[in-house]
Amino acid sequence: MKPVFTRTTGLTDKPFHYCPGCTHGIIHRLIAEVMVEMNILDTTIGVSPVGCTYNNYEYFACDMIQAAHGRAPAVGTAIKRVHPENMVFTYQGDGDLAAIGAAEIVHAAARGEKISTFFVNNAVYGMTSGQMAPTTLIGQVTTTSPFGRRPEFEGYPINVSEMIATLRGAVYVERVAVNDFSHITKAKKAIKKAFRVQQEGLGFSMVEILSTCPTNWGKDPVASLRWMEDAMFKQYPLGIYRGQDLEV
Amino acid sequence: MSNRVLMKGNEVIAEAAVRAGCRHYFGYPITPQTEVMHYMATRMAEVNGTMLQAESEVAAINMVYGAAAAGARVMTTSSSPGISLKQEGISYIAGAELPAVVVNVVRSGPGLGGILPAQGDYFQATKGGGHGDYRNIVLAPASIQELYELTVEAFNLSDRYRMLTMILGDGALGQMMEPVEFRDVEPIENVAKPWALTGRKGRSEHNTVTSIYIEADVMEAFNNKLQAKYAKVTENEIRVECVDCEEPEIILTAFGLVSRICRNVMQLAAKEGIKVGLIRPITLWPFPSQTYAEIAAKPSVKAFLDLELNCGQMVEDVRLAVNGAKPVHFHGRTGGNLPTQHEILEHIRTLAGRNA
Amino acid sequence: MQDVSIVIAGFGGQGILSAGKFIATAALLEGREVSWFPSYGPEMRGGTANCSVVISDLPIGSPVINDADVLIVMNGPSLDRFISHVKPGGLVIVDSSLVLNIPDRKDISLYRIPASTLAVEAGNITFAIIYLLGCLAKQSGCIQRESFEAALTDALPTRHHHLIPKEMAVFDIGGTFLNEN
Repeated sequence: MKPVFTRTTGLTDKPFHYCPGCTHGIIHRLIAEVMVEMNILDTTIGVSPVGCTYNNYEYFACDMIQAAHGRAPAVGTAIKRVHPENMVFTYQGDGDLAAIGAAEIVHAAARGEKISTFFVNNAVYGMTSGQMAPTTLIGQVTTTSPFGRRPEFEGYPINVSEMIATLRGAVYVERVAVNDFSHITKAKKAIKKAFRVQQEGLGFSMVEILSTCPTNWGKDPVASLRWMEDAMFKQYPLGIYRGQDLEV
Repeated sequence: MSNRVLMKGNEVIAEAAVRAGCRHYFGYPITPQTEVMHYMATRMAEVNGTMLQAESEVAAINMVYGAAAAGARVMTTSSSPGISLKQEGISYIAGAELPAVVVNVVRSGPGLGGILPAQGDYFQATKGGGHGDYRNIVLAPASIQELYELTVEAFNLSDRYRMLTMILGDGALGQMMEPVEFRDVEPIENVAKPWALTGRKGRSEHNTVTSIYIEADVMEAFNNKLQAKYAKVTENEIRVECVDCEEPEIILTAFGLVSRICRNVMQLAAKEGIKVGLIRPITLWPFPSQTYAEIAAKPSVKAFLDLELNCGQMVEDVRLAVNGAKPVHFHGRTGGNLPTQHEILEHIRTLAGRNA
Repeated sequence: MQDVSIVIAGFGGQGILSAGKFIATAALLEGREVSWFPSYGPEMRGGTANCSVVISDLPIGSPVINDADVLIVMNGPSLDRFISHVKPGGLVIVDSSLVLNIPDRKDISLYRIPASTLAVEAGNITFAIIYLLGCLAKQSGCIQRESFEAALTDALPTRHHHLIPKEMAVFDIGGTFLNEN
């Protein structure tokens, strides 16, 4: 029988450890497939964050490094400066990128570092068990906002793509989602475009990917996808925030 | 006529690094070491290297982490408060066994403290500083010439052992000018780095750099491996200078600039008939404990006098090494003050029982 | 001990730190041991500036001077601050155009040179410190005239080299002043 789907060689054989219904696995696959399709698996160096995907250096088949919480853009910056001919990406969650690592991402983008950041936004801290993130929605209940996020106490969510898009060094910024087939296809295109922008040496590129966390949202996988569409899409509209006319 | 040139300590650090093959430098401005960055800004351009002014000390050390993982000879420099910020990255560098050079041009603390010379970061440098069970090689130069030579050596040591080497200087060493004579050819050790991240480029396995060891046994095995490495460094790399230690009455001990004041005092003491020796650790870690123990065992030795620009830090290691064989006294100055020859001599007279 | 320890102090912008470098470079060219240590601090311009230069035939202990053989001052506050640090028998050289107070120590040699006034008359205010250094060389013997000239050539950018003959003339005038104590 002819196989209709095979695991991409951009991933190792190690099984993912992610919770049922979590979309990190999809995002990993998309990045890996793009690396294979672009024939850059042999020249790419990825930077793993702190969070649920701390050990995705075991999953991606390219050279990988694990970075301290929030510091991936700084680590990626240096790797790219040492190996300008290589491709470098960071994979970061919302706590990692938008809280503890807010300075690093802003400055890497402002410097126009020729790296690509894949920013996975699921509106919550996953690994440490569901605390409020910078991207947590107003009213969203988390373990550290048990009464729902109240603007007067916990402030407002950060729209990272919109913020990064204000920086000249960031040449391509797009927000995508992995809630259904058509959005997953769009997400893959965006990931490829980010790598292309880097390959062309145009500057910093970032794809924000809206993702689920059924475990910490307290929802089943299907309900999680619906909540992403109903609640997250309102706060975080999908679309290209920088580089609309970019042809790569 | 020699080729001695007059240079500022901070500039010598930068020049030495470039000569040692460092082509990546990441820094953040802080007094009294910022001239390293100034010098690097033009010097790195000349050699096609990178001087990147980071957004913070934290970012700078994580850039060091990245560049080291990518196989480069890399350095950052800072001063005390900045070095505190870098401790997270320093611990990661230890945990990932990466070679890197960090220079601390120490100013006085705690807190924002002052910007004048001090040695208050001895504990931080030698006892870890960041979290976890790790060591850095710590070198303490006493002159600009030695600052140059040890900076070059720091890169070799780091590569040889895959660990971080810290140069512990002070504000005076960074700011002062002294003659320095550069070698025509630097003794650079070329160590293969098959573990480095370069892109797979045909390698069958991907390289990974990490400091995470989630399972207990794996973490313990890694710690045991580190300790075995540290034991090897202790066996091979201790550097210490002993002056007039054959049959001394009083042993002075100091590192860095203070040791030079001690040397002048020794001449003054000799005129008064007091035999004074000096032990100057050049590696603060590994610490030359054996040397102290051997000299403490000499019958002529009445007492040790440890001198530091802090409230008593290295003296704890001296006391552990001397292990009660002889009394160990302490003389410290802080805030940027240096001990005068006169005050040290007074202390020696008291210890030697020569005060009328 | 053959050390000569020199403290040079004044306002930032008067060429205090450069003057120290000229002396240190001259001594280096004579093959001697030398150290130069600046005041460094938050003030960048217009604040006080001072530097310590030690010249010796032996390895130098501390670059920071507690008791100076020579004090050169170009403002009043610096004289007040450092005069007590001069060793008995030491040498004090002041720019009397700017330093109006007269030290009440009789155990020192005192040279008062209207350096800034002379420099303005000579057409270049930056020469002021050179008068004082000429006096230093003449009275302390810590550096030779030839090595000072070589140090200027060494330390100054080429575009300023045409000033050197004039600076050496100024340096020589500095050596003609007499002890006022």
